[in-house]
Amino acid sequence: MSADAHRLTGHGQDTHDTHAHSEGGHGSFQSYMTGFVLSVILTVIPFWLVMGNVLDNSLVTSLVILALGGVQMVVHVVYFLHMSTKSEGGWTFMALIFTITLVVIMLAGSVWVMYHLNHNMMPMDAHDVMNNAR
Amino acid sequence: MFANLDLQQLILGRFTIEQIPYHEPILQATFAGVAVVGLAVLGVITYFRFWGPLWRDWVTSIDHKKIGIMYCIFALIMLLRGFADALLMRSQQAVAFGSEQGFLPPHHYDQIFTAHGMIMIFFVAMPFVTGLMNFAVPLQIGARDVAFPFLNNFSFWMTVAGGILVMVSLFVGEFSRATWLAYPPLSGAAMSPGVGVDYYIWALQIAGIGTLLSGINLIATIVKMRAPGMTMMKLPIFVWSSLCTNILIVAAFPILTAVLAMLSLDRYVGTHFFTNDLGGNAMLYFNLIWIWGHPEVYILILPAFGVFSEITSTFCGKRLFGYTSMVYALVVITILAYLVWLHHFFTMGSGADVNSFFGITTMIISIPTGAKIFNWMFTMYRGRIRFEVPMLWVVAFIVTFVIGGMTGVLLAVPPADFVLHNSLFLIAHFHNVIIGGVLFGMFAGVTFWFPKAFGFKLDEFWGKVALVFWVTGFYVAFMPLYVLGLMGVTRRMQHFDDPSLQIWFVIAAIGAALIACGIASQIVMFVVSIRNRDKLRDLTGDPWGGRTLEWSTSSPPPDYNFAFTPVVHDSDAWWDMKNRGFDRPLKGYRPIHMPKNTAAGAILAALNFTFGLAMVWYVWWLAALTFVAIFVVAIAHTFNYNRDYYIPADVVSRTEGQRTRELEMA
Amino acid sequence: MMHAETAPPGAAAPVFYQTDEEGHHSEGSTMLGFWLYLMSDCLIFATLFATYGVLGRSYAAGPTPKELFDLPGIAVNTAMLLFSSITYGFAMLEMDRDRVKQTQIWLAVTGLFGVAFVALEIREFVHLFHEGAPPWRSAFLSSFYTLVSTHGLHVSMGILWLVVLMVQVGKRGLIVANKRRLMCLSMFWHFLDLIWIGVFTVVYLMGVLE
Repeated sequence: MSADAHRLTGHGQDTHDTHAHSEGGHGSFQSYMTGFVLSVILTVIPFWLVMGNVLDNSLVTSLVILALGGVQMVVHVVYFLHMSTKSEGGWTFMALIFTITLVVIMLAGSVWVMYHLNHNMMPMDAHDVMNNAR
Repeated sequence: MFANLDLQQLILGRFTIEQIPYHEPILQATFAGVAVVGLAVLGVITYFRFWGPLWRDWVTSIDHKKIGIMYCIFALIMLLRGFADALLMRSQQAVAFGSEQGFLPPHHYDQIFTAHGMIMIFFVAMPFVTGLMNFAVPLQIGARDVAFPFLNNFSFWMTVAGGILVMVSLFVGEFSRATWLAYPPLSGAAMSPGVGVDYYIWALQIAGIGTLLSGINLIATIVKMRAPGMTMMKLPIFVWSSLCTNILIVAAFPILTAVLAMLSLDRYVGTHFFTNDLGGNAMLYFNLIWIWGHPEVYILILPAFGVFSEITSTFCGKRLFGYTSMVYALVVITILAYLVWLHHFFTMGSGADVNSFFGITTMIISIPTGAKIFNWMFTMYRGRIRFEVPMLWVVAFIVTFVIGGMTGVLLAVPPADFVLHNSLFLIAHFHNVIIGGVLFGMFAGVTFWFPKAFGFKLDEFWGKVALVFWVTGFYVAFMPLYVLGLMGVTRRMQHFDDPSLQIWFVIAAIGAALIACGIASQIVMFVVSIRNRDKLRDLTGDPWGGRTLEWSTSSPPPDYNFAFTPVVHDSDAWWDMKNRGFDRPLKGYRPIHMPKNTAAGAILAALNFTFGLAMVWYVWWLAALTFVAIFVVAIAHTFNYNRDYYIPADVVSRTEGQRTRELEMA
Repeated sequence: MMHAETAPPGAAAPVFYQTDEEGHHSEGSTMLGFWLYLMSDCLIFATLFATYGVLGRSYAAGPTPKELFDLPGIAVNTAMLLFSSITYGFAMLEMDRDRVKQTQIWLAVTGLFGVAFVALEIREFVHLFHEGAPPWRSAFLSSFYTLVSTHGLHVSMGILWLVVLMVQVGKRGLIVANKRRLMCLSMFWHFLDLIWIGVFTVVYLMGVLE
């Protein structure tokens, strides 16, 4: 799956990749366990909040579990994917930031646009009339 | 065909002999033409015993230069198909008024405009752009190939596979009638149950894989394989525009893939993403596909901007004016491209708040482009301008593209767009920017880099003739459409009731005929140039007085591009080398590590093509078989660890010696 | 014609060609290239999430998340994937120590957790079908199945890739090329766990909340 022939300036092969991947960073047992434990905590809490109906307010619960999910994503990125601002000269970090930005634009933009489009559509049945009245 | 219908359906899916349109005269003629030309080509290849070299040196090649050339050849061939569709449409619209129905019934006409748009964007403009980037970028950064040469080969053949799938639809079955973007619910199973939309979907999904991988490839190349000393702000501006283009590709094409996948789920499985019932929402398709669609148009234009920057600085003998602002403009355009998509459906009813936001962002995005235009003009100012053919294309571009851009800003105003949406004004606008911007850029780039690729220049006279026909043809063909659009004429019409409109359509048809002359002139230009190649030969490798590293190599460059990796000290690295005096190393050559050619890319693409065809015709056994085969071949390929070889030092030495002799002869 | 070898800095002619031995390391592009692919995959998922966000409440008077989702089961699934992530991490640590057998063991364990995840997901889908909730029942279900099974298909591809890599490591050991491939799969695997966080939060937990 990965193309082998990337060192085309004719220099030695094998040494470079070990350099490359040590620069990319890889974990230690410590960091994997930290990430694991944090992930477990950040998973258990949302499940508990929802299954136990702990906070009575579903909007607040949604926001809390979204926030916790976001934090857990960061935990994964840092402790499992070993993302740093240094790997690949900062390019992987920049790619990540750019992608996250686009994801946010896509999600927020789609929901915003579609909400407005739907709102302006002629109501088709009683359900729509009720929704429109909201 | 078969006595037992169930058996027939099992083996042949929904294909029947009636699906071959043998009673359509236009298609009969087309088939005859294609067959004659096809057989002639096969005959020529056989006569010159070219099959071996064709397979060894081109089909299995992982050399970015060859792949780039093949992309451009593919694009030019598909241009003929797309333009044929255009001629048909112009002819129909020039005559179909009142009681005269024309020669293309709606059923056929709708396929033509769908095919025209889809082919021109995906199988002309995109391969053209990819081809130029593939050819030039590694040379410009002093590298020997792209980051993933095998993937490059695979990407190319996947693009071709998609194109062939579209072409097959001409003769087997029919094509989509649902417009180049296949809007539901028209494109859904209920309203388009036939094979057309499925051909469209699979062609795009297959080609899309190629495009996405190509994007990843070029970003990695530009980031990781630059010659020492070439910092980001010393990159040739074409490389910067390629970087931004490929970022857009990687960040936009997945969206298209996902949306088309959802459309095909609706069609094949009966899901309700975009249906009218059970909760589906067709407007969601518009929203998502245009989130892809707007970055797509920047994918098309940014490489053209890069080409114009290189040509302008070269033919004005001056460093590009405002390099830094050019880079910033590219980056800003890349980011803003994701904030304007709704301007493609202002009229769908999102309301004033949403429309205003996107109207404003659309107007903002024209600003960096404007900055670039000024920078090109400032580069020309007080330059020693040589109006050779590439530079003439630049001038044509600046005038034409600015007009198209201005009509774009007009359309960005939502109330104006409410009148002009989907009118011929819109058609005129986007042809204005795509022809005036992208296509002129591609023609300029081909003329500019042709001598590098083949060792001889293109015939200048015919180049100018082609340009004159193209430019005048464009204006004659499309300015009437602006007028018609302002008068309220809608797009995609096969027939009109109002005879007073006819004169404008006739003028437009004349314009199309002029463009046809332009294309014919280009064909003549290629033939004449090849015939006179010895007279047009360039032995220096630098026929234009170039500024960037590709001009430091021989024409064509050796397989390995550079015997020794260049070291860069300043932007316009080759210009710097020429000015400060350099010594080309004449000894101490070392073996050069190169990737081997491979058939895996072509084979995988052929399997993908077959899979797509099987899915179109519901031949499930073939689909399953090819699907499995794709995995088997791909996995088998990963077991091949022996993918490179070394060019021996004495071969390098001989090649460089040949170069030395050519330089002395020049 | 003279040719300039490496000139010391500050000497007369600038060096325009790298003729000496090791001037410059060209590091591999594979890791960056694979990361870029993952970013593109992110956007596929973003499209599916956006679709779910828009269509996720369009029940068409059919089954709703509250009626359908089995949260304890999803918790088990989540645990399977999380465990598989940590076991892959252990495999990588063993790989760094060049211990083939231990690497293979942890890879196998990872694969088993992955298979468990996919199996449980298939079981869930079969159950939903029987509950009268196939993908064509409503837009909510269409978007649910597509989002979740796209993730599941990615995991399945990962398992296939893992098996192939185990064979390749078995045959050639932990050579550089294989290590590179294992690192790419590592990124892929953790990325899928990351996406799953989004899935269980947005689809399952929030689905039940309304």
